[in-house]
This record gives sequence, C-alpha cells and structure tokens, in this order.
Amino acid sequence: MRLELIPRSDVSSLQRTLAPLWAILIALLMGGLIVAFLGRSPLAAFKVYFLEPLTDPWALQELAVKATPLIIIATGLVYCFRANLWNIGAEGQLIVGAIFGSIVPLATVGMESTPWVLPVALLLGALGGALYGSIPAFLRVRFGVSEILVSLMLVYVAELTLDYLVRGPWRDPKGFNFPTTPNFESFALLPNLASEGRLHAGIIIALLCAAVTWFVLNRTLFGFGIRVAGEAPRAARFSGFNANRMTIAAFMISGGLAGLAGIVEVTGQIGQLKPAISGGLGFTAIIVAYLGRLHPVGIVFGAFVIALTVYGGEAAQITLKLPLDLTRTFQGILLFCVLAADALTTYKLRIVRGLHA
Amino acid sequence: MIGFWESILLTVITAATPLLIAALGELIVEKSGVLNLGVEGMMAVGASTGFAVATLTDSSSIGVLAGIAAGMALSLIFALVTLGFAANQVAAGLALTILGLGLAGLIGAKFVGTSRIAIPPIHIPGLSDLPGIGKLVFGQSPFFYLSVVLAVGVAWFLRRTRAGLSLRSIGENHASAHALGLKVLRTRLLAILFGGACAGLAGAYLSLVYTPFWSPGMTAGRGWIALALVVFASWLPLRVFLGAYLFGAATILQMHAQAASMGLPSQALSAFPYIATIVALVLISMRRVGATPAPGSLGTAFVPPR
Repeated sequence: MRLELIPRSDVSSLQRTLAPLWAILIALLMGGLIVAFLGRSPLAAFKVYFLEPLTDPWALQELAVKATPLIIIATGLVYCFRANLWNIGAEGQLIVGAIFGSIVPLATVGMESTPWVLPVALLLGALGGALYGSIPAFLRVRFGVSEILVSLMLVYVAELTLDYLVRGPWRDPKGFNFPTTPNFESFALLPNLASEGRLHAGIIIALLCAAVTWFVLNRTLFGFGIRVAGEAPRAARFSGFNANRMTIAAFMISGGLAGLAGIVEVTGQIGQLKPAISGGLGFTAIIVAYLGRLHPVGIVFGAFVIALTVYGGEAAQITLKLPLDLTRTFQGILLFCVLAADALTTYKLRIVRGLHA
Repeated sequence: MIGFWESILLTVITAATPLLIAALGELIVEKSGVLNLGVEGMMAVGASTGFAVATLTDSSSIGVLAGIAAGMALSLIFALVTLGFAANQVAAGLALTILGLGLAGLIGAKFVGTSRIAIPPIHIPGLSDLPGIGKLVFGQSPFFYLSVVLAVGVAWFLRRTRAGLSLRSIGENHASAHALGLKVLRTRLLAILFGGACAGLAGAYLSLVYTPFWSPGMTAGRGWIALALVVFASWLPLRVFLGAYLFGAATILQMHAQAASMGLPSQALSAFPYIATIVALVLISMRRVGATPAPGSLGTAFVPPR
C-alpha cells in the first residue's frame, strides 16, 4: 500500500484559505489525544485553552499583546520564505534588535522627558536586527554558506551576548544583584492603548507592518521579484533580478522586523532588558508565518491563534497543572498539520493498493 | 595514573561521540536527497525517552533502545509529511524540532532532578590497563566503539555497496533514479528512519552516559551542530568523523578556558563553539572550487510522475 499524489488542476482561493482551518481542527484532535494521554480531560483543557480567553475582555487584550511580536516577526519572515530563503534565526535578530534599541533608553534613564527617545529606540532596534540578519545573507551570497545554519548559530551568540550585557556592563547597580538593566523612563516606553490592561501601541505597529508588507509584495517591483525568486528562480534570473541583492534585502528586512519586534517587546511590556526577553518568539513566528500561508492578512489571524495557544497554555498550567511543553508540542503538531493541509490543496491524495514502485 | 593530555583526549571523545553519531545519521538522510532539520528535536526526544525508560525499567540498555525507537518514531512523522505529502522539508524539519523539544519536555517532566549511574566504559582486563594508550583505545564507553563502527560502516556502505550507490544516485537526481527503476521514496523513507535512529541514539547517549540525567534543553544545539558538521565535511563520512572530533576539541577547550577564567567573560567562551561552527563553514566554502558537493536533489520533494 502506498500514497499517491495527483496534482489538482484547479485550486480555488477559498480552498487555500480553508486549508489552515482544517489543519487547526486536526491538530486540536491530536492535542486532545495527548491531553487524554496525560490523564486530563481534553474538554476541560479545550475550555481553558481556547474558550475562556475569548470570552474575557482582559484576556482579549492579553492576546493582542502576545500576537504583536508574532505578527511583526512573521511578516518579516514572509520576505525570506517567499523568496525560498531560510531565515530561521529571527530569535537572534530579535534579541540583537532589543539590545540595539535599548542603548538610548538606557542612556536617558534619569533624564528629563524627551520625545525623540522612543522613535530612535525603535529605529535602532530595527537597524540592529537588520544588521544581524545581513550576516547570514552576506555569508551565503559571498561564500555560499548555508543561511539556515548560520542564522541559527547566531541565535545562540545573540542570547549569550544579551546574557553578558545584563549580568555585566548594563546591570542595574541598584538592582539588588538581579541580572537586569535599570527600568526605562516612561517616555521611552510605548504608550498604553487602554486605561486598564496591558494593550500597548505595539499592535498598531504590527498591523502597519502587515499592511505595508501586503503592499510591497503585491504592488511593487521588489515584491514581485521576491515572489518570482521563490516560485521560479530561473525566470527571475533571466528577467534580470539580481539574486544576491534580493537575498541581502530580504534578510535585512526580515531581520529588521524581528529586531523591531524585539524592541517593541522591551519598550511595550518588559520595560528593561533581562537575560530572557523572548522565550522563543522568533521560532514561534515561523509557525505563524506558515499558519498564515505566508500572507500578511493570514499572519494576523495566525498570530492570534498562536497567541491563544500561548495564553491558554499559561492558564492551563495554573488551573489544570498541564505542563507548558504541551503548548510547544501542540504548536509542532499544528505546523505539521498546516504543511500537510497545504499539500492536500495542491494534490489529491489517493491510496493505492499494490506492490509496484 | 591518567596524564593530563590523556584525560583531555578522553573528554574530547565524550563530547565528540554524540555529534558523530547524529551527524552520520543525517549524512545518510542528506545523501538520499532529504534535508531533515529536526535532528535537535529527535535528539531531545531520544534523550528524554531513553532516560525515562531506563529509569522505569532500571535498565540502561532498554533505555538506549527506547531512545532509538523514539528518534525513529519522530522521523517517521517527518517522512510521512515530506515524502507522503511532498511538503516543504525545511518547514517540516523545523516543525519536527519544535514538536520534539515539546514532547521531550512532556516525557521527561517526571524525571527532572533524578540521575542514574552512567553506562560504564568497557574494561578489558590486561589491555585496558596498558600504560598510555590502554584506557584510550580499550577502555572507552561502548558508544565510542559503536560510533567508530558506524563511521566506517557508513563510509563503506556509501562507497562500496550497491544499495549505497542507489542511495547516492537518488540523492543526486531523483528523477533519473526513478526513471532507472530505483525506489526513490522507499529508499528515502529508510534513510530518514536511519537518521532518526542515530539522532535518538545520540540523545540517549547524552542522558545515559554524558550527563547522566535528563534536563530540558540539555541537547543545547548539538543537533544543529551535527547538521553543520555534515556540510562542513562536504558530505564525506570520514570527514564527519574528523569534524566531530575537531568540534569536540573546541568544546573541551572552551570548558578548560572557562575553568581557567582567562579574563574573558564566560558567555564569550560559551559562544565559541557556535562562532567556530560559522567560521568553519565559511572556511570550508572558501576552499571549495567549482560546484558544491551537496547532493543534487537535496531538500527538494519528489512526486513520482504518473
């Protein structure tokens, strides 16, 4: 017995849009099985994970806060993934962005309120991420080194750099020996959007990123080049797109947005640097990018779905004593399901009984 | 008495062995044209399953077998999605990493904080007691001998056997191989399972010999470094061997420097293996003349024409 894939001749855009929903459904069933295996009630888990957050206004704000960095990073990843470039080091670019972006806020701790600190911080954050993201791109273009491996190795380097800074030169001298920097002044923080709750202006930045990315991909020559480079590399070469320049640009944009996400996290909800500021957002964003079918609008939805699993996971840890690793397991299953669902929209699956091939 | 250099060499071997085992598995996978980025996840599951089963059955050997089986089970999911559904291998590999790290945490949760007695090194009366080389050559962990046999075996299989030739040609050009009547998907499935078994074994080594306990995040990027080793070695098994030992030496060097505290921040030393990997990859690509030694079909899905 074997599987046979038959290309579908016509795939409607509705089918493509629905594929991730099927994937979510299947992943939920599998997740439920694991919960049952852990000896808990899948229904109770489902309620805590997915229903309670959606009925509580405070939780809705929290979802937006969690979705914010995911949207920003994942829209950046689209530039690389669409061009068949594999930036899997967004986590590192995020951390370097947070470091770069924190320079000015840290230098202005204890100073009078100045309006330019926040914009400069955000810009420097994006710049830091872009520079860090350009390293794997440059090494790939110049020496043909795998961008996958370099971008990933740089994640560890970035984590250790941040660790060094907050334990060493940037540590708050008045911080009782905790490995954190001083708290930023309020003028260096993103403003809150609601008088109560934690929703901050980062979500506006995130939605802007998604909108601009949609425009760039669909309405500009550069965006067209990115898509051609991914879908038909030979055609891209013949039509005169410079592949090297495209690689560097895609990586710098994607790194820049990851860096922006880093400084948005720091100025939006953390308010200082500490050894762990991300907890894997850069990797989770990869799932978001695929769940959103590498489309900016889809990514906004995908980010909220993943934010829901993260938020629900935290709630389930407290109320049901379900381990946080369950969330990660579920996210892995979800990504597998999304990939499989994608395949099933492109191909028809037929089970063939027989011995040959 | 163990001399200074002898003890350093012994630690280099312990650090190199899991890298070597995992990288050899991935080498076979990539030679068949499949890029499985999930080594880190399979290794983590191998480590936690191996430790959990060893603790429950109180038998390290059963633990090792369980680790291997767990790595294979995960790789089977990867195979289903990439071969059965022709999904993107990079994305599926990342999914495998995320899933593997999560599952490893779930499986190992109950065993955090417990430790076992490490699987002891082999002792051959007489030979192991020889001065100088005795302990080095005849007194290692059984995993070390296994890794050497594996390296030689993989090299022999790829170079000298018919099946190895088929596997290589499938990796170079799957369409031609298919036209010649070779079983592309079946070969790739077996290769992926072999890679999963090796990653699981490497993981079990970590939790049952190297540490010997389970803690989340204990693989610490070793799976990724194994992937880098395959590239570094230009897809040649004996160079994987060399690379694993160079890398093991770099890790040990960093540990000794850490202990000697040479005025450098400890984080800089911890970052050393990762930076060394990048530098090694750049150097190896600079030296390369002409075409890349990567298998021609590496990372591309194969859908049999009808």
